[in-house]
Amino acid sequence: MKLTIPEQELMVSGHLACQGCGATLAMRYALKALGPNTVYSIPACCWSVIDGPFPYSTLKVPIFHTAFETAASAASGIKAGLEMIGNDETNVVAWAGDGGTFDIGIQALSGAAERNDNFMYICYDNEAYMNTGIQRSSATPWRSWTTTTPEKHPKETPKKDMIGIMAAHRIPYVATCSVAYPEDMVKKVKKAKEIKGCKFIHVFAPCPTGWRTAPENCIKLARLAVKTRLFPLYEIFNGVDYKISMKVPKPVPVEEYLKPQGRFRHLTEEDVKQIQRNVDYEWDRLMKMAEGCEGEEGGGGK
Amino acid sequence: MGNHALSYGAQLARTQVIAAYPITPQTEVVGFLSELCADGKLDARFIKVESEHSAMAAAIGASAVGARTFTATSAQGLALMHEMLHWAVGARLPVILGNINRAMGPPWTIWTDQNDSLSQRDTGLIQYYCESNQEVLDTVIQAYKVSEREEVLLPAMIVLDAFVLSHTSEVVDMPDQELVDKYLPPRKATYRVDPKEPHSFGNLTTPDRYFELRYKIERSMRRAEGLIKEAGEEFGRMFGRHYGLIENHHVEDAETIVVASATVAGTARTVIDDLREKGEKYGLVRVRVLRPFPFDEIRQVLSEAKKVIVIDRNISFGHTGIFFQEVKAAMYNQPRRPPIFGYIAGLGGRDVTPATIMEIIDDAKSKDKPTEDIHWIGLKP
Amino acid sequence: MMAEKTADKQIEIKGESDMPPMAMSLGLMSWNKTGSWRNLRPVIDYEKCIKCMICWKFCPDACIHIEDDKPVIDYDYCKGCIICAVECPKDAISVEKEE
Repeated sequence: MKLTIPEQELMVSGHLACQGCGATLAMRYALKALGPNTVYSIPACCWSVIDGPFPYSTLKVPIFHTAFETAASAASGIKAGLEMIGNDETNVVAWAGDGGTFDIGIQALSGAAERNDNFMYICYDNEAYMNTGIQRSSATPWRSWTTTTPEKHPKETPKKDMIGIMAAHRIPYVATCSVAYPEDMVKKVKKAKEIKGCKFIHVFAPCPTGWRTAPENCIKLARLAVKTRLFPLYEIFNGVDYKISMKVPKPVPVEEYLKPQGRFRHLTEEDVKQIQRNVDYEWDRLMKMAEGCEGEEGGGGK
Repeated sequence: MGNHALSYGAQLARTQVIAAYPITPQTEVVGFLSELCADGKLDARFIKVESEHSAMAAAIGASAVGARTFTATSAQGLALMHEMLHWAVGARLPVILGNINRAMGPPWTIWTDQNDSLSQRDTGLIQYYCESNQEVLDTVIQAYKVSEREEVLLPAMIVLDAFVLSHTSEVVDMPDQELVDKYLPPRKATYRVDPKEPHSFGNLTTPDRYFELRYKIERSMRRAEGLIKEAGEEFGRMFGRHYGLIENHHVEDAETIVVASATVAGTARTVIDDLREKGEKYGLVRVRVLRPFPFDEIRQVLSEAKKVIVIDRNISFGHTGIFFQEVKAAMYNQPRRPPIFGYIAGLGGRDVTPATIMEIIDDAKSKDKPTEDIHWIGLKP
Repeated sequence: MMAEKTADKQIEIKGESDMPPMAMSLGLMSWNKTGSWRNLRPVIDYEKCIKCMICWKFCPDACIHIEDDKPVIDYDYCKGCIICAVECPKDAISVEKEE
């Protein structure tokens, strides 16, 4: 038996996550890559509750729970504070959901990225404000059901291209991960750990509760998202040098991914075709951007 | 100028992390502190945040790991920080915030009044209102000393009037750094974010525990009252300038006492001196510390007066001036409680001159008791 | 390798004097036996198990431990999400109704 990811657990059982929670898997994998010399800033999100009530915690690393908009700004402060008290070693990580990253937290994140503040920002994306009971975020996919995008008033806008936004800040490292590929995620988090500057990692983390699917489907869906090319796995160095992590030569039709999810149950055949067209378009566009890129070796245009 | 005095205070206090966003009339603070850091005259990391909300969040993050932190803002910026002021209090972090009292918009205004800082009254920040640039500088140092005490662990706001202090040059004595170091040693944070001893802070707290945590904050506020006095007295012994919760002037046999704060108190002082020269028994109480409210000292000094006048450079719409409300409430259950007159003056930077003060004094003189809850002075009908 | 058992005790806080000045954790959530949440129970058939540890890898509650080279489900905490059964490449994990 050879484990493909580090054995050490820095997260204990007994936490308050729903059955089959993708967010906890994301945390578990991140911690395996980061190790115990890590501190987290966590804004309002599912993890604010998963962590457990006072006087308990679920992680063996310190967490500073902070206000919704402030994952990145608190992390900037934490990093500066640690440096000033003589600690340059501890990993500083802002850990937030899609709400606190794409929407209310985007200003602080943009500010920190522009300053290239030296910390890692990990967004676990379950595609809605799940902690407050499944309301739409700008990470919610086109026409996905949420309580604020009911069938009769669907979300007509696409999922916000957060990776594109972060790459535009020309920070040293930006990457996508999926909880179905823990080896890839651990590798990327470990890589990011060694880079100086602002790092952004976008983790696809299914929420069975909010996506209206059985808990057991969590990994299956996270895998299908990648295998349908809906959620490509790649890295961008210095905002311009792309490196595709997984090629996906024979994509699975996106319908396979949508079918098990209650939040997509109302989609028409035409909707599904549209989604497939979008997936194909975005993939081709990504491939074109990645063409000729030197990936890690690229100089970032400098 | 006051902005430089505030900056020198932060420098002498050896603040380690600054996170601030520019806003008129605070901009000289961010500029000057940037220069001091760049020139190596202040060993601090200055995070040039992209908004005041982030400024306080970053200051909180840095404070949470044990660093000494500082920020400064005004009006709209302070309002934008509001949520995080609550956060700093609940997280029990001794962040020091310099606020240039500027009136709130709309309409846009850059001149002074107290509504911005007083809108934060209930957050739990310790609040110091300064009358002079010297006091601004001295108070930054004292504020760290008090706030960092384990019995306190509360953020504090040092307030100075826009332009009247922030942009007015006054002669200020620069305390000796070595002496300041003796008065204010480096911060020793017991409760901090530290991977060697991991804890999580701010977790969801149910009703059966939240109540007690709030009680602890209030108890710390009350302990701060005594510690502020102690810190002010020790400052007096070491630097020759003594500070307290309130400042009494000619109160011993005063028949009418004027209660005011900040630079208005300074103007009132000259009026009181003039009246005393004419043999009229007036006195002045300058409220320096509004939170924690100095109940005992206020009650003690005002109980002896026959009349009390409170001048507010602020208004709580739908009610009255805020210092007035607080003073009245403090006196309500006292066995001896003189009639208390409340006046609103100087909002939006309208000048409060000795003539203004005299108008207030004359109005109160003409009445035995207040005939209205609130009286606007200098209003152009 | 034996599973690392963490603190099991609930923390008693009678009142204000037991609390730190702020909401600061004093222990871990491992006292909370989430096994009571289960409707379905995964059961590993060690005859079929090839010890690939994929079940260990994908458990959101980190309650599958590696003991003597074998995956062992800790039923004190298993919430019955059944991800392990679905992901097992050898169908070695069956699903039973929790009584």
